[in-house]
Amino acid sequence: MPVFGPLGDSALLIKFGDEIELALNRSIHDLAARLAATPIAGLTGLVPAYASLLVHYDPLQQTYAAVADWARAALDQLQPSAARKPRRIEVPVRYGGETGPDLEAVAAAHGLSAAEVIRLHSARDYTVYMMGFTPGFPYMGRLDDALVTPRLESPRTHVSAGTVAIAGAQTGIYPIDSPGGWRLIGWTPLKLFDPGRESPFLFAPGDAVHFVPLPEGRNGA
Amino acid sequence: MALKVLQSDGLVTVQDLGRQGWLAFGVPRSGPMDGFAFRAANALVGNPAGAAGLEIGLGDVTLQATQDCLIAVTGAGFQLSVYIWDFPLWGSILVRRGSAIRLTRSGTGTWTYLAVRGGIQTRAALGSRATYLRAGLGGLEGRRLQAGDLLPVPTDSGLEELAGRILLPRARPAYAESPTVEVIPGPQRDAFTPDSLETFLSSAYDISLESDRMGYRLEGPQLVHRGSPDLLSEGMAAGAVQVPAGGRPIVMMADSPTTGGYPKIASVASADLSLVAQCTPGRGQLRFRETTVELAQRRYRELMESLKNGIVEAEQSGPWG
Repeated sequence: MPVFGPLGDSALLIKFGDEIELALNRSIHDLAARLAATPIAGLTGLVPAYASLLVHYDPLQQTYAAVADWARAALDQLQPSAARKPRRIEVPVRYGGETGPDLEAVAAAHGLSAAEVIRLHSARDYTVYMMGFTPGFPYMGRLDDALVTPRLESPRTHVSAGTVAIAGAQTGIYPIDSPGGWRLIGWTPLKLFDPGRESPFLFAPGDAVHFVPLPEGRNGA
Repeated sequence: MALKVLQSDGLVTVQDLGRQGWLAFGVPRSGPMDGFAFRAANALVGNPAGAAGLEIGLGDVTLQATQDCLIAVTGAGFQLSVYIWDFPLWGSILVRRGSAIRLTRSGTGTWTYLAVRGGIQTRAALGSRATYLRAGLGGLEGRRLQAGDLLPVPTDSGLEELAGRILLPRARPAYAESPTVEVIPGPQRDAFTPDSLETFLSSAYDISLESDRMGYRLEGPQLVHRGSPDLLSEGMAAGAVQVPAGGRPIVMMADSPTTGGYPKIASVASADLSLVAQCTPGRGQLRFRETTVELAQRRYRELMESLKNGIVEAEQSGPWG
């Protein structure tokens, strides 16, 4: 049963579990969609995550108890949505080299060659479970067990936009320059976030993402 | 008309109440560090609460208007002069065109807010004029302001009627160099040893100079996690107190990322977030006291009521223009 609790006086945290699990995550997005479709006054934001949903509200318009009651009622009436065929996005990647400085170390840590890491990373479709950290950053999973690698002990102060990375059982892409604690294995020329574009974000939760290795020596368009 | 930046040594950005609607895509709310002072400035010039204004911190700024305008400056840590006269904060002032508006660092506090009647009309990005520096989003070209910048403002008439209003001192937050602020414990209070919660609620924390609009990093007694400090990423809100490995708490502020993977021991009550914001990194200390959601919400409602009811005509008129 989901656990309800306040995050301060302007947000309600609904915790569904502790695992990265597709059906659980899908039900969180279903709940978020339902709450967004039938909002209460003072609803100011919904942030779905792997196994939780954060409901932001204006405490001048609603009490914590009223928001919790509203969310609980929506949860009780929730029908599982039919699994839609996800939008599939191909991401060209230049693996390794200067923009994938951790590729060799990841390979060595697992007794693999760099080529095997590339093959394993690009072999499967990943689901975008959630977005956060910076505008457009997709949290995707799950990695093949053979690639699961902990985050860096000390994050880098600068990771370039477009960098493809892994941490734990997740993979992600840094959409803007920022600090970063994940292992950097490649780079894509795709622009994940462009506020000037009609659709500012390339990805949305639920998308299926497939990495395509670029032949070495090409920059890609 | 335009508000011209003549000189800026500070961190000056265009802000409005913040960017909503894109949190689920990882876009932080941004907006003012001291939300009460920002709202008060808009209220004093008769703007809607969400009109864009300036947030000024860290250094001195000089502005000039190309037409007569009505301004209000609120917050703390700065002194205001217009042309040759000094003005107190928390009042609305008619400024004649060409007069220099100077804000200089003075006294206790960190952030000051300048509202101008009609609001600053920079182009909105993703539905808001708030500046998010890390992504170069919003405000004026997504960056801090510098000498030579021109901020578009609508021309208005009837400004004299609105000049000379003040927000009564009793309606302003109880700013202090070393405030005690209320927090709602959780959601991960159980991720910490019982001693740690006790420590958090009874210690004085310094605010590191590494603090910024994303978060205020606290220095003081370390908190101890029960188990791993790494959580599955989940939603985050301004005011949340995150504690990474290393045990030093961070109070998340206006540019807080929308999600985070560290346990949150507590969250600052909205009514007290202004006090945290005005606590200066490198000076002053923060202390925390426990409260409930219900009490915190009541205090916030009372604070906003006092803003509504606390704007009056000044008893004496000052030198105008």
